[in-house]
Amino acid sequence: MSAMSNSNWSRRSLFRAAAGMAAAGTLAACGGNNGRGGSSGSGKNLVQYFHAYGEAGVEQAVKRYAKAYKGADVTTQWITGSQFEQKLFAALLTKNAPDVFEFHPQIQLVKSGQVADLTDIIEPVKDDFNPADIKSHTVDGKIYGVRMIDDPQFFFYRPSLFEKAKIEVPQTLEELIEAAAKLKTSKVKGAFLGNDITPVQSPLIWSAGADTLTEDNKVAFNTDAVAEGLKQLRSLFTSGNLLLDAPADWWDPSAFTQGLTAIQWCGMWAMPAMQQALGDDIGIFPFPKVGSAGKQSVTNGGWSMFVNAKGDNVEAAKEYVKWLWIEQKQYQEDFATSYGFHIPPRTSIAQSATKLKSGLPAEGVKLFNEFGHFDNIGWTQAMISSINDVMANSVRKDGDPKAQLAAAEKKVDAELKKLFG
Amino acid sequence: MSTAATRKVAQPAPAEVPRTRPRRSLRASSTFNFWLFTGPFLIGLVIFVFVPIVWSMYLSFFEARFTVTPSEFVGFANYRQILTDTDFRNSLVTFTVFAAFIVPATWALSLGLALLVNRLRFMRAFFRSVFFLPTACSYVAAALIWKMSIFNGVRFGLANTVLDWFGVENIAWLANPDPPWYWLVIVTVRLWLQSGFYMILFLAALQNIPQELYEAAAIDGAKPGWQTFRYITLPQLRATSTAVILLLLIAAYQAFDEFFNLLSKTTWGQPPLVELYKMALGENQNYGAGSAGALVLTLLICVVTLLQGKIMGFGRGEESK
Repeated sequence: MSAMSNSNWSRRSLFRAAAGMAAAGTLAACGGNNGRGGSSGSGKNLVQYFHAYGEAGVEQAVKRYAKAYKGADVTTQWITGSQFEQKLFAALLTKNAPDVFEFHPQIQLVKSGQVADLTDIIEPVKDDFNPADIKSHTVDGKIYGVRMIDDPQFFFYRPSLFEKAKIEVPQTLEELIEAAAKLKTSKVKGAFLGNDITPVQSPLIWSAGADTLTEDNKVAFNTDAVAEGLKQLRSLFTSGNLLLDAPADWWDPSAFTQGLTAIQWCGMWAMPAMQQALGDDIGIFPFPKVGSAGKQSVTNGGWSMFVNAKGDNVEAAKEYVKWLWIEQKQYQEDFATSYGFHIPPRTSIAQSATKLKSGLPAEGVKLFNEFGHFDNIGWTQAMISSINDVMANSVRKDGDPKAQLAAAEKKVDAELKKLFG
Repeated sequence: MSTAATRKVAQPAPAEVPRTRPRRSLRASSTFNFWLFTGPFLIGLVIFVFVPIVWSMYLSFFEARFTVTPSEFVGFANYRQILTDTDFRNSLVTFTVFAAFIVPATWALSLGLALLVNRLRFMRAFFRSVFFLPTACSYVAAALIWKMSIFNGVRFGLANTVLDWFGVENIAWLANPDPPWYWLVIVTVRLWLQSGFYMILFLAALQNIPQELYEAAAIDGAKPGWQTFRYITLPQLRATSTAVILLLLIAAYQAFDEFFNLLSKTTWGQPPLVELYKMALGENQNYGAGSAGALVLTLLICVVTLLQGKIMGFGRGEESK
């Protein structure tokens, strides 16, 4: 022990320093870094939530727009990871809730008074918006969100690989499954529908001639054709021709551009990255028909801006949304076409967006117009989750599709009852 | 942190006496020192642990959807709901399976590592550090490495590359639950992360075993190797083993990060905390039922811990030596 006692002092002071630092660190954590930034001359501070767009430059662009706004200090929270909705919903309950956030139109946000009525800022330019985008944000005549971008999702394929395998573009789900089998080699899988297959859950329903909900908000997805489609997807899942557990999921073009798959379900946003990697060797097609009564379909997804009605700065937040997403057309066009490709929901901008006028993007716009299904505001996250469970249990597992659909119908019915009485 | 603080109380005061006379009374007051050093941690404990526990007890008796300040008292309805919820009951099964894999595996691996490191003649510090290092890694980061580089489903994933040498087809480790390869991914990531820490505990215990015991055994004719290990080392490690198993069980109950990050949109492999997270923070935001579930889980952990203590004799370690 005596030999060690010399070093004891330094060890003790080390402990002391460490304890001091830990205490200071705890205190410091209480103070700063609450996402609100420092105060400045303009007074109001606003926080906006964005999910992490994959394309280079989007985050900087969003921050650049925010900086250009003189009415308030706007801080951007860039939410990475795949669980944007869970993080958003959890944050909305707290004092640190964002004032402005992007999401999809879902009626429970309206019913619970979470999102503010934006009718007065949209009304003057309402006719400039795609009518479907106005409809999907309207409840009882009031408009609750401003659409920023429309994002059609469809299949991308490599025409050169199709030629080599001597196959045509699939028109039916059976043909898609056959194509995947013929395209599969030791290096390249036939198709990629996302690691958990849920990206194609709605297109599967639409392509089978069914719908998520009816016009008057009743369950419409529980049909024999949908069950048959699920059974076919299960056979594709177990065939070994499907790419699974890819390091980058379906929204990222990597699996396609790296040659891991010949067909991938993805969105129009990925076109610039794909064209850069593969040049002209890219084609697109809608989700094929399921069963004889089906019709091809495309998901017209997208993102909208909402104002947190329970926040402290509702008026300031509305002003900001009006400034950026109604008035600043050059920013809106920049956002829609400079990074990934998105369809501007406003006709005046869509008409001037030359990048979307020719080639592959133009084909994407055509599929969007011809086969697209827009968001249904009555189709909420809880209902989407119950269909996620159907995909997990009857495509990734061997559950009976009919029983799974019936179970989902029960859950969705309960949600509908809560929302519409 | 707290051990460092309490140890300070007794030792430094006399040594500093001559130089810091004016502060002597303050320094010497052990009550003051006690509160000075435990205060910040106690305040943190009360605010971040005890208040939430009491609050969730309160919430569990209310209809608390989309709010943490509810007004509608519902009695035991939330408890009824959670106990009849098949997802919650399945999550307990999932946990049991998980614990059945991970607790013995970590126990054996960390004990094995400790024995190996303990026998090293040179570079012991190096190997001790190397095996301990993964403990410093975050579960989320490790889960992502496991998911995206080691166990991804494409041909250049590490695991699939190795299988490919033997001509085995690519396996979708996480996407396809049949066969349930996802357990391999989940168990190995946790094994890698926590074995090093428990190895250190075992190493400390091994070094505490008096050398005389081994000498006496050798004189009595015990063969080195299995016999010595079985009749001297293992019994001497009993107290540590019990503590390690207890800590492992509790850690298994708290499993969340790797399940949450590795299994996306599944209906299987959901341990209790993931299930409760979905219930309380998912799209339903049902804090009442979530809190009720959390309390049921707490109760279960307490019962299991007490039972395990009874069976394995936790706290009786000293006498058994």
